[in-house]
Amino acid sequence: MAKKVKLSEVTDMFKGMEILSLEGVKIEGDIEIDLSGLLGGGGFDPMLAAILGQESAMLAQHFGRIASMFGVPVGMGAPAAVGGVAPGVSPALAAPKLKDLIPAKFDVSKIAEWTTQIQEVPLGNTSADGGTRGKQVIVGGEKALPFYFDAPMPHRNQVTIDVFDMRIGLAKAVKENYDEVMDSPGEWAKKNVDKFNADMITIHLISTDPLVKDTSAKDAAKTVEEVLQAVDVPIAIGGSGNPQKDPEVLSKAAEVSEGERCLLASASLNLDYAKIAEAALKYDHDVLSWTQLDMNAQKELNRKLMKQCNVPRDRIIMDPTTAALGYGLDYAYTNMERIRLAALMGDDELTFPMSSGTTNAWGARESWMVGSPLGQDSDWGPREYRGPIWEIVTGLSLAIAGNDLFMMMHPTAVAVLKQITQTLFGTLEAEPVNIASWIEAEV
Amino acid sequence: MKINSPLEAYKYLPQTNCTECGEPTCMAFASKLIDRSAKPSDCPPLIKEKKYTKKLAELERLLAPEIREVVLGVGEKAAKIGGDDVLYRHKLTFFNKTKMFFDVADTMGEADLIERVKKIADFKKFYVGRNLLVDGVAIRAASNDPTKFAAAVKKVAEVGLPMIFCSFNPAVLKAGLEAAKDKNPLLYAANKDNWKEVGELALKYKVPVVVSAFNDLDALKTLAKTFAEAGIKDIVLDPGTYPSGKGLKDSFTNFLKIRRAGIMGDTDIAYPIMALPLTAWMAGVADPVSTSYWETVLASIFTIRYADIMILHSMEAYAVLPEVHLAETIYTDPRSPVSVEGGMYKVGEPDKDSPVFFTTNFALTYYTVESDIAANGIVCWLLAVDTDGIGVEAAAAGGQLTAAKVKDAFDKAGFDLKKDVNHNTVIIPGLAARIQGDLEDALDAKVKVGPMDSGRIPGWMEKNWPPK
Ligand code: B12
Ligand code: SF4
Repeated sequence: MAKKVKLSEVTDMFKGMEILSLEGVKIEGDIEIDLSGLLGGGGFDPMLAAILGQESAMLAQHFGRIASMFGVPVGMGAPAAVGGVAPGVSPALAAPKLKDLIPAKFDVSKIAEWTTQIQEVPLGNTSADGGTRGKQVIVGGEKALPFYFDAPMPHRNQVTIDVFDMRIGLAKAVKENYDEVMDSPGEWAKKNVDKFNADMITIHLISTDPLVKDTSAKDAAKTVEEVLQAVDVPIAIGGSGNPQKDPEVLSKAAEVSEGERCLLASASLNLDYAKIAEAALKYDHDVLSWTQLDMNAQKELNRKLMKQCNVPRDRIIMDPTTAALGYGLDYAYTNMERIRLAALMGDDELTFPMSSGTTNAWGARESWMVGSPLGQDSDWGPREYRGPIWEIVTGLSLAIAGNDLFMMMHPTAVAVLKQITQTLFGTLEAEPVNIASWIEAEV
Repeated sequence: MKINSPLEAYKYLPQTNCTECGEPTCMAFASKLIDRSAKPSDCPPLIKEKKYTKKLAELERLLAPEIREVVLGVGEKAAKIGGDDVLYRHKLTFFNKTKMFFDVADTMGEADLIERVKKIADFKKFYVGRNLLVDGVAIRAASNDPTKFAAAVKKVAEVGLPMIFCSFNPAVLKAGLEAAKDKNPLLYAANKDNWKEVGELALKYKVPVVVSAFNDLDALKTLAKTFAEAGIKDIVLDPGTYPSGKGLKDSFTNFLKIRRAGIMGDTDIAYPIMALPLTAWMAGVADPVSTSYWETVLASIFTIRYADIMILHSMEAYAVLPEVHLAETIYTDPRSPVSVEGGMYKVGEPDKDSPVFFTTNFALTYYTVESDIAANGIVCWLLAVDTDGIGVEAAAAGGQLTAAKVKDAFDKAGFDLKKDVNHNTVIIPGLAARIQGDLEDALDAKVKVGPMDSGRIPGWMEKNWPPK
């Protein structure tokens, strides 16, 4: 369980970071700062409040504002009116060497080698297809790198927000958004859709892990039904990551959600992928093909799913693994970019849309630790603002590398990622900004 | 680069295999030229002997990167930008990490200005054995007054960071140049109205200069070409950074187009590109945290897609940390993982009773472990096993971390568990548990399996150390 720290201990904690820093801290668990005293407003030290500005109620307000500001489809708002000051040109400097402009035309060609379209994969069935989802989501279909001018992107990026089937340790900045719904996957899913604008929901059946609660596949299936009833967006169903148990759990979940075209997460090389593929075909679902930062393993698994298990191309999405900013994002980014480039150039074992476990960003120490464990670093500032931007930058980098679907957690991260990917996608308008006046602008 | 095989470079070398360059053969040296780990001037005969002058010049021309390299500032902190040869990092690597300049205005009070410049100069974030830093100061001539601007320049110049002078007014820029002679600042910017005067300044003071044309690549190329013909070599391109909506999409597209054209051989536009994420502050977002987030988002996009230098505003840690980390991510060399030298390291002043740990020489792993141990005041011996720069779990899975390798590392370090410590015990990473048995045999020592995450070493030590 997460460790609770009383407000009175917090000052010491800031001083004694080294001592407290790492012991007993789980990557996803966290040191929790109990702020009830502070939020209640009852006699607290203003100095401390200043240090802890982020911990106060202002924080919630800020996030509220950020979310509404970036909440799709809300636009960016009007630009600040800045008077354009015409630069005064001094004629005294008139120049002998520079007499006339040498006119030049700019031209650049499109990439001829990008010959192959990424597979379009639908998620979720509406009544028209025999399901009960309110809408269908389609990912994939690109003919160029994302947001490139060579060919328009047919479908925007989608965000699926995580739900767990039990209360789990989460970074504080994440947890405060979900605390009251964490005991009810249905309520949790609802909140993700109604409040945080999720395009999809991922239900992680982690309690089925024999080392966690070892709940049965049947119980897990009930949770899936609960979520399907609570929301009408398409859903992804995740196992616990236990390779022995996941095939059974996912098959059962697939059965009770027959016809809904869910995404089964995941098939991988170290478990009985054939059983998961079989369930997908039998009950009308898609398969997430997950490998660990290895393009050749990804090809192998996709090939096995297609050739050995007869999964049709429009039912495969890949998860080539997401490593967080500062913790291997260089590998994750390049792996995705290489996969997408190879696909566009015709490698038909890789022409599938991609999904990212962007939530992994919260594994980076910078996203959740109270401060730097190293005395000589510049101040890391409030972690409550570091976490969401860590998730955003991790996700955004992969969006540019070719990722289509994002599994995320922090509402602010979701809102900002949607705002920026839809801006680059081309659907968001904003008031024009007179950038020529940036030098004089009040910033 | 105009050539891409060692054989082509070999033609221009002396072909004597004299080994003065440190390579056994000219061919070996040629392959280093092609992967850009050596430059022609590293071959002494080529430099010294007159008969090679022509070959040297030709080789340098052939090997010059597609995107021009430009240096701003002077001395140790000078910032080198541009110099790329590829559009995707996995094709080679990107050179010269995106440089981050933070703004100050000449209208700021003196104390505020000095404080901000100091903050810029002092920023650092330790990461895998080095400090991530920010690079320089962009001075905005918000006053449009040459005297005020010159005064601000004088103050900023004292810290020795590279500078960008920001004004469209040549008189202001000139005052700045006079105030900071020989500091090699970057002039921002020449545009369609002032290009003659600003170009003349660049020539006279021999400084790099930005040409600026918002969302108009014909105009941008025209300016760059005109300057190049007039003998200005150090050019930086500003196609405009619109902060939102369709404007931002256009800016993104412009960056892609310019870099693609440059890499594909359009030399008239093959220059470093500047992005201005700072324009996020003009987008009308009311709340500063949101604006700062948006600025970081813009910085991220343009770090990945081809900005070589950028001007930013927010110095909040939650803006700067992800920005410097992303630049490091994109520019780290994918051909070789960042690693530390294999060998025995001391944390504190260990003695014969101190515990002995090993980890791998992947820099991220090594420094994570070292800082976890050091921050908790544990004094110990820490062996970095050379796993070709691969982390513990991947190396154990991929065969670079075996009992034999660990033994070899102890031997190479000259560390004898029976003599150098009293306990004949080594503590191994939890994720390397599988080699415990083999290692016991190989070392003839006690092997204890530590926790999976080095963050838990302190707690583990409380229960398990000293060994009973
Ligand atoms: C990044 C990564 C890679 C990168 C490696 C980059 C590098 N330079 O190391 C690349 C892409 C090259 C790679 C390749 C492979 N990988 Co890989 N990779 C990962 C990944 C995503 C992260 C690993 C990492 O960097 N962790 C961070 C570092 C800091 O952790 P660390 O070194 O283990 O150190 C920690 C602990 O070990 C401990 N610790 C370290 N030292 C010490 C010392 C003591 C005394 C103690 C007590 C503790 C301790 O504390 C540290 C901090 O927490 C993991 C999956 C994951 N998310 O964990 C898979 C993973 C490690 N890879 C795996 C595999 C199988 C491989 C490959 C064999 C094939 C493949 N699937 O790609 C190849 C092998 C390559 C090789 N060896 O040559 C498997 C290993 C499975 C297993 N347990 O056997 C994993 C777990 C993925 C999986 N589930 O399949 N991989
Ligand atoms: S120094 Fe020059 S001539 Fe001598 S071996 Fe190296 S490349 Fe060849």
